[in-house]
Amino acid sequence: MSMRTKRSVRAGQYAALLCYLVFLAFPFLWLISTAFKPAPELGSLHPTWIPQHPTLDNFRQAFDEQPLLRATANSLIAALSAGLIAVLIATPMAYVMARHRTRLATAATGWVVVSQAFPFVLLIIPLFLVLKNLHLINTLWGLILVYVVWALPFALWMLVGYVRAVPRELEEAAAVDGAGRLRTLVSVTAPLLAPGIVATALFAFITAWNEFFFALVLLKTPEKQTLPVVLTHFLGAEGASDLGPLAAAAFLATLPSLVLFAVIQRRITGGMLAGAVKN
Amino acid sequence: MRALVRTAAAAATALALLLTGCGGGDDGEADGKITLRFQSLAWQKESVDINKQLVKEWNAAHPDIRVEYVQGSWDSVHDQLLTSFEGGEAPDIIHDASDDLADFAYGGYLADLRPLLPKGLTEGIPRNSWETATFDGGVFGVPFLQEPRVLIANTKILKASGVRIPTPEKPWSWTEFRQVTEELTGKGRYGVAWPLKEPVSVTLNLGLSAGGGLFHRGADGKVTVAMGEGDQVVPGTIHDQVNTDHSAARTALGMGGGDTLPGFFGGKYAMVPLGFSYRQQIVEQAPKGFDWTVLPAPAGRDGLAQGVSPQTLSVAEDSPHKKEAVEFIDFLLRPANMVRLAKGDWMLPTGTEALADPSLHTEDRGWATGAALAGALRSAPAQSVRGYPEWKDKVATPALQEYYSGAIDAAELRKRLVTDGNRVLARYQR
Repeated sequence: MSMRTKRSVRAGQYAALLCYLVFLAFPFLWLISTAFKPAPELGSLHPTWIPQHPTLDNFRQAFDEQPLLRATANSLIAALSAGLIAVLIATPMAYVMARHRTRLATAATGWVVVSQAFPFVLLIIPLFLVLKNLHLINTLWGLILVYVVWALPFALWMLVGYVRAVPRELEEAAAVDGAGRLRTLVSVTAPLLAPGIVATALFAFITAWNEFFFALVLLKTPEKQTLPVVLTHFLGAEGASDLGPLAAAAFLATLPSLVLFAVIQRRITGGMLAGAVKN
Repeated sequence: MRALVRTAAAAATALALLLTGCGGGDDGEADGKITLRFQSLAWQKESVDINKQLVKEWNAAHPDIRVEYVQGSWDSVHDQLLTSFEGGEAPDIIHDASDDLADFAYGGYLADLRPLLPKGLTEGIPRNSWETATFDGGVFGVPFLQEPRVLIANTKILKASGVRIPTPEKPWSWTEFRQVTEELTGKGRYGVAWPLKEPVSVTLNLGLSAGGGLFHRGADGKVTVAMGEGDQVVPGTIHDQVNTDHSAARTALGMGGGDTLPGFFGGKYAMVPLGFSYRQQIVEQAPKGFDWTVLPAPAGRDGLAQGVSPQTLSVAEDSPHKKEAVEFIDFLLRPANMVRLAKGDWMLPTGTEALADPSLHTEDRGWATGAALAGALRSAPAQSVRGYPEWKDKVATPALQEYYSGAIDAAELRKRLVTDGNRVLARYQR
């Protein structure tokens, strides 16, 4: 391939990437733009990207009309707990499944695949009844339990992949150097696995943070409701909506995920590179 | 790694501490007091405030029957209620719309209110409205707010065109309406924009004016679909406006009501048929100096008749305090309170006394036009028909969308709505 052809291919790749980024960013940028527009601009036939008369009224109204802070706190508790607990359970399970190819591990892998096939609408009523018997309806504990169970199969799937990526030879080398099983796990395997654990926790967090239907059904009182449920209170019948405050609240609801990604992304990448060098 | 473990442990401890304060509430009646849960779907600030204020007033006057306000959402109410009913955890008092009640009423989830309703409330709401919440002879909700579909028109364009301005006493006929939209069309402007993202309810409800009904109950109680002459007037008019006269915007066919407003404000559409409550959104979003007016929807053989599915208040069959729940509903729907609720939602009250309130008869923002239409409102044609949701989603919605866009003709529309439709309904009536 000539240099010129290479360059044009590369340019094409960048153009495709740019299109993809625009495609991904468009809804979010439009959301931000809408959040800062006054009501008359929302009804304009020729909407602009940059609000002509930017205002914080939508944010004031959103906070005034709905308990956004309380709902954010509830969402944070549910999502952080779900992420943490899912990882605590999934990590040892994933290690065993990746390192010991037993029938149980094969069965567990099968379970993971099958469990992804059930739509949640099929599960919600039995789940509701089970939680009711456990007196966990209308509690964040109940919701967290559901989120953990819901995130666990995929978290396990992800972590098994990360464990398999850690060369078994490194553990054997540690053993040759006299390290016991626990020491090997703590000093050799765990640091290499850290990026995977963080990525998995992030996945479980975001799944729980965005989840709507379980929260809607399982939480009865307004004090317990999470952010996605409270956001629907800006929607009326037949597709009517309080667009400005809805956009403002939805924009705020995306921030924690973005911040978390921004903070953790470098750590994930760094960790992966560290693993690669050792390998 | 140790730092990671320590961080995780600290986070777990903090969460455990936080969660100790997150246990479930107790609806118990240990002190002899009753707590009723009232799930409201009010969503606009004015409406939410009024609902909360009324709950507060009730609680102040009835210390032994406390009502807890729970915020629900129109967007997800059906699924949420269905799950709550199945799990025995439904709210005591349920705010919904009459077209959503059939499944719950037939399923035995809602209490038949006939033996519980006080005489004043029963007599204060017209029979037409009660019919909207009556299923198999039982009354499963109290209809309290309703909205007709009206034409919201750009006053400047309307006046400049010189067309006759319709009133509830002398509305446009469907034929006249078609001519008017043609006259209003031109210079990049359409006479009307029909937001028909959900075409079925609009078509059926407005069809009543032309003598349509589509659903017919036989002597054996079974319902069949039959398309008479009256059923073809509204779909035929819309189809011809879009495809023959080009006086209705084709692009609006896929829109929801609110989506048409920018075009309406921008002068692209002279009129938009919308629910009466959309006036609030128009007041909020209309550019300064924009002059708009509320006109009655066109009339046909049966005058201004149109179908509505009023908002309702129901009581869960599982509620141990049905009597108290109905007492609260009676309080909430006293004429003065009903007026407050109606104004908060920009809708019309069903109660005769509430509807007579002078504040709902001012010319300002079209209240008088809406109030004049109240007497012509009927129960939406299909809401008590079993199998209607499936007929609507699988048969009628795609068929009407294709017909309005010109992809199929009237004969094909009739075949799909009637032949295919009856096959669907038959499955529910074996």
